[in-house]
Amino acid sequence: MAAMNMVQALNSAMDVMLDRDPDVLIFGEDIGFFGGVFRVTEGLQQRYGDRRVFDAPITEGGLVGVAIGMGAYGLRPVVECQFADYIYPAFDQIVSEAARLRYRSAGEFNAPLTVRAPYGGGIFGGQTHSQSPEGLFTHVCGIKTVIPSTPYDAKGLLISAIEDDDPVLFFEPKRLYSGPFAGYHDRPVEPWAGHPASEVPIGHYRIPLGEAAIVREGADLTILAYGTMVHVALAATNETAVNTEVIDLRTLWPLDIEIIEASVKKTGRCIVVHEATRTGGYGAELSALVQERCFHHLETPILRVTGWDTPYPYAFEWDYFPGPRRVADAILHTMAS
Amino acid sequence: MKHEAPLNLHIPEARFRPGDKPDFSYLQVSKAGEAKRPKINAKASETRELAYGLVRVLDVEGNAVGPWAPKLDPETLIRALRAMMLTRAFDDRMYRMQRQGKTSFYLKCTGEEAVAVGQAFALEASDMCFASYRQQGILIARDWPILDIMNQIYSNSRDRLKGRQLPVLYSAREAGFFTVSGNLATQYPQAVGWAMASAYKRDRRIAAAWIGEGASAEGDFHHGLVFAAVYHAPVILNLVNNQWAISSSQGVAGGEETTFASRAIGFGIPGIRVDGNDLLAVYAVTRWAADRARSNHGPTLVELFTYRAAPHSTSDDPSRYRPGDEWRHWPLGDPIERLNAHLIRIGAWSSDRHEALARELEEQVRAANAEAQSYGILTEGPHHDPGSMFEDVYKEMPWHLREQLSELKRLRSLSPKEPD
Repeated sequence: MAAMNMVQALNSAMDVMLDRDPDVLIFGEDIGFFGGVFRVTEGLQQRYGDRRVFDAPITEGGLVGVAIGMGAYGLRPVVECQFADYIYPAFDQIVSEAARLRYRSAGEFNAPLTVRAPYGGGIFGGQTHSQSPEGLFTHVCGIKTVIPSTPYDAKGLLISAIEDDDPVLFFEPKRLYSGPFAGYHDRPVEPWAGHPASEVPIGHYRIPLGEAAIVREGADLTILAYGTMVHVALAATNETAVNTEVIDLRTLWPLDIEIIEASVKKTGRCIVVHEATRTGGYGAELSALVQERCFHHLETPILRVTGWDTPYPYAFEWDYFPGPRRVADAILHTMAS
Repeated sequence: MKHEAPLNLHIPEARFRPGDKPDFSYLQVSKAGEAKRPKINAKASETRELAYGLVRVLDVEGNAVGPWAPKLDPETLIRALRAMMLTRAFDDRMYRMQRQGKTSFYLKCTGEEAVAVGQAFALEASDMCFASYRQQGILIARDWPILDIMNQIYSNSRDRLKGRQLPVLYSAREAGFFTVSGNLATQYPQAVGWAMASAYKRDRRIAAAWIGEGASAEGDFHHGLVFAAVYHAPVILNLVNNQWAISSSQGVAGGEETTFASRAIGFGIPGIRVDGNDLLAVYAVTRWAADRARSNHGPTLVELFTYRAAPHSTSDDPSRYRPGDEWRHWPLGDPIERLNAHLIRIGAWSSDRHEALARELEEQVRAANAEAQSYGILTEGPHHDPGSMFEDVYKEMPWHLREQLSELKRLRSLSPKEPD
């Protein structure tokens, strides 16, 4: 075990996989010699050579298209999209190609690739460095979408993603790279050191895709969250003294529906939180699933706490970000109705 | 300097539309044998002329001339002729089957047979082909059973793709034929990735991709070229310029002022323009690019200059946008007739044998078609079990698809009379 922040844990996952599997290779913009703009691939090229860890042209559509071909050959490419905001040029290759190869060829070809992309706000990145596009991908059949919330989960999930035979989109909450941010932007930055989930095994381990985690057990209200919002949900709970049950989805799709269903049937109340915009977002799917499966157990309507339906506004970041006070407000509102 | 005229936008327009008399005399068609043949390790800068010229081997009398003339024995040439003729007979039969309502869709490659067949002959059988939907000739040239191709077209009980794909979007891994996408150009960077993987694994296999001149306007074309050029990927990037993208002339894709092969120059890789209706030239250029790629000298962009004699697909009616007899004026002729003439010229073939072969192939297609239909057709079945639609979305079927499968089964049990 070693104390790691999320950057180090992700780096360790790729280190482990490069070491174990000669078919793993990593490429993306600035990820080689320089080690990535967020340092996630630091030292990997030096350790494994530039045949296996190399810089790529600025063309996300090319990154993913090339990775699909490598995957079809039999490699396990891991590509970095420097910001999730830049993933859109690769949309066709992800949606029409990676997600469909296995299906359209009836299993003759598949694309076991992992696309890593830092997502989310809280770093004053403005509308082109802050987005949460996960809902565009959970809508697509044939891909898996993963978002970790701690260093421990980040490493175990990324290893599972790389080993998975289906294409995986791995969105990294960049505001959590160096510490467990709970949305209090005006308080001093907290490091991962000392957090229980920053104790990370040095070697290989997996967190299975499709398994959520209950990060706080409670009896009164279920909060469904992932990524940064897991920490916000916990902070909001502390502000309200309501006995919430906080579920960290970890894999958005395929979803761990059983853990959600059991929790909401127990608590009778549910709030869905995400940083992404609201309309047509992943929260809408979660809300529909809970309603379909738990309607007769629900005491109150399911609420969504999300980013507003606007682009991420640079100067108004903290009015946009669904922080602990907004989540706490929704908790109290739900408990009162 | 004064600029008195207002600005003006140029909109490319096809040279000939219905009612016009096609006249291709504006095309500067090089003479057979004229183009130089560089060494396979030549610098890209030494190959530039080839991007603007036209490599041709067969002259008007049917002789194979010049430095590009490949040394192919007559038996091989007859096999290539046979593959082209089988492709055409297959196309004609399937086209008729669509018109008879046995399938909803088909797409011919008439007039372009030398592209897929000539290139397949120049590649190793283990090289991976990332084709577009008009290279069915690759499968035929690689002796893939036409029955299997038909089963896909009919979405019948023996369709290996289980009724999931539009007819002609084949997949045949065993034949080195990558699953064809309906989204244009996506296979270009994928082929480059496959080739990079092959090089990464110190393999000997190379990849080849095909794109139309119309789809070369897509970003994926450039993504593929930039990766191929940057990493010297062992790949052949083919661009089939058949003059027409449905109703849009090649000018709309940017072919008015330059050749598509010359796109390669900016990427620092060789671009070669070849007479796509001359099987010997197609073979020779592809073989050059394959040898170059296999000996670590990197990628080549090959423009196959041809003419789409067929409609875009069975859903298309070209009489609405081009002269009906345009193909007959096409100065590069019919690839089958040209190879036939060459074989006769060298004394390896005769019109009697040609006619006999045509009859034999027609019979082969007829018999395969009858057998394929006995396994089902689109409208009447039998098909695969509809429940199979939930398979292969993921490697393992997740809970939500298992639920949806049960729901479909329940719904079908309510109306048992519906055909499969």
